[in-house]
Amino acid sequence: MANIISDETIEYVGILAKLELSPEEKEQAKKDMGSMLDYIDKLGELDTGGVEPMSHVFPVKNVFREDIVTNGDMREEILKNAPEEKDGMFVVPRTFE
Amino acid sequence: MAKQYETVIGLEVHVELATRTKIFCGCSTAFGGEPNTHTCPVCTGMPGSLPVLNKQVLEYAVAVGLATGCTITRNCKFDRKNYFYPDNPQNYQISQLYLPICRDGKVEIETEAGRKFVGIHEIHMEEDAGKLIHDEWEDCSLVDYNRSGVPLIEIVSEPDMRNSQEVIAYLEKLRMTIQYLGASDCKLQEGSMRADVNLSVREVGAEEFGTRTEMKNLNSFKAIARAIEGERERQIDLLESGEKVVQETRRWDDNLGESYAMRSKEDAQDYRYFPDPDLVPVVLDDDFLAQIRAKQPEFREEKMLRYKQEFEIPDYDIDIITGSKHMADLFEATVVLGSQPKKVSNWLMGETLRLLKEKDMDPEDICFSPENLAKLIALTDGKVINNSVAKEVFELMFEKDMDPEKYVDEKGLKTVNDEGALRKTVEEVIAANPQSVADYRNGKEKAIGFLVGQTMKAMKGKADPGMVNQVLREFL
Repeated sequence: MANIISDETIEYVGILAKLELSPEEKEQAKKDMGSMLDYIDKLGELDTGGVEPMSHVFPVKNVFREDIVTNGDMREEILKNAPEEKDGMFVVPRTFE
Repeated sequence: MAKQYETVIGLEVHVELATRTKIFCGCSTAFGGEPNTHTCPVCTGMPGSLPVLNKQVLEYAVAVGLATGCTITRNCKFDRKNYFYPDNPQNYQISQLYLPICRDGKVEIETEAGRKFVGIHEIHMEEDAGKLIHDEWEDCSLVDYNRSGVPLIEIVSEPDMRNSQEVIAYLEKLRMTIQYLGASDCKLQEGSMRADVNLSVREVGAEEFGTRTEMKNLNSFKAIARAIEGERERQIDLLESGEKVVQETRRWDDNLGESYAMRSKEDAQDYRYFPDPDLVPVVLDDDFLAQIRAKQPEFREEKMLRYKQEFEIPDYDIDIITGSKHMADLFEATVVLGSQPKKVSNWLMGETLRLLKEKDMDPEDICFSPENLAKLIALTDGKVINNSVAKEVFELMFEKDMDPEKYVDEKGLKTVNDEGALRKTVEEVIAANPQSVADYRNGKEKAIGFLVGQTMKAMKGKADPGMVNQVLREFL
């Protein structure tokens, strides 16, 4: 494997992804990430000079909606997704700005 | 000698667009709905939901870009900005990093020091987040997603401003431009315009910028000015005592008059942007731009120049009237209906401003129609009602737009033009007030004022004071 993922990197990626990994999982994740990056390196061997960067695979553009209200009150439905609700709102752990 | 410092300021301004629906779904953007009643699977980030761009958002963003001299990006797209915070149910915000809709603009501002240009780095479209409410009783927070997905544009300036006067002139300029476009009401207090101030200091003459901080929670022009002064002082103190400015986001507390470092949303400010695969690219052609260009209104500066040429009203009035798009529209529409410009302006400058101030309202909230203002002016012009009755009627019109003709008719407020009745009343007043009559005849000019007042009172305010004066003098 050409790409070696350091402990610091896997720790950092874990924080970004909000994942708590056990030492074994960390080792496995380091291996997986390394091989993914190797695969990307392989793609990097291609000469892409003069090729426009592409962000979408479908040849579709300009899909819009008109500015017209089409949704009614679906609070009840939406709140079914809340693990806990209070006063019509989602309850989350205390969060400070 | 103490070192001389220069302040360098750039602004990030978020503006909530005046669309009826959210940026990517058909939920209402109306303010003040019950919590979570304006939500759907898209704006609450449910898996499998598909966002579709509101065309009006694109049109407003391009209109603002054209009005601020920007280059419009013909090929633009949306990106995901990833972060975890409960006000953001998708765990990413849809924004634009790589290909923002507008770039490289500039606006001209004017301060006491003169005119200058402030560069606009870029304008991008993005979605707003939900609102967190902290539960005082239980150890939790509550989330209302009604605001989640409300369309915003973020206008990023170049670091071209050097003091608070320039910052406020720049914000005023943006606000006027956007209000004239009808793209937003831009109210700082209500959060439809939000300004984050990026500020650093450096020694005068230095080439490099100093380390900057970002200041949030600025809800008024006054707070912005105070925060700028406060942050400048804080950074200079740090440098003078040999310390370093830390690059961080700070929150301004306007009551305390100081700022504190915010606990960052996550230790790592690493947003891992990538193109949003749900939203297809936006490609703009010449026709689209020409359509938006054709719809651009007459902006404030042009309007001021035209008023100077067309109407004989003072520059001061022009400044106030054009300072609100709504007031300017009202003024012009009333003049078109045949009212004399100076008279329209007088009602706006006098009673309207007085009532706005008294009720702590914005000119944008004026509710009376040009038709009714024109009618009221015609009633006074034709001496159908006198000025004090007109002011009373106006106050009611201001409260609740109503037809002054009808009201004056129904309440019997018309000036009594019956000369016989007036003469009779004047005779009675003279008979009842011999002392004042004597005073007047002995050269006390002021005494007539009292007699006019008594006559007006006897006629329940419905006489024309000029005519009363004339008849009184005749009798005396």
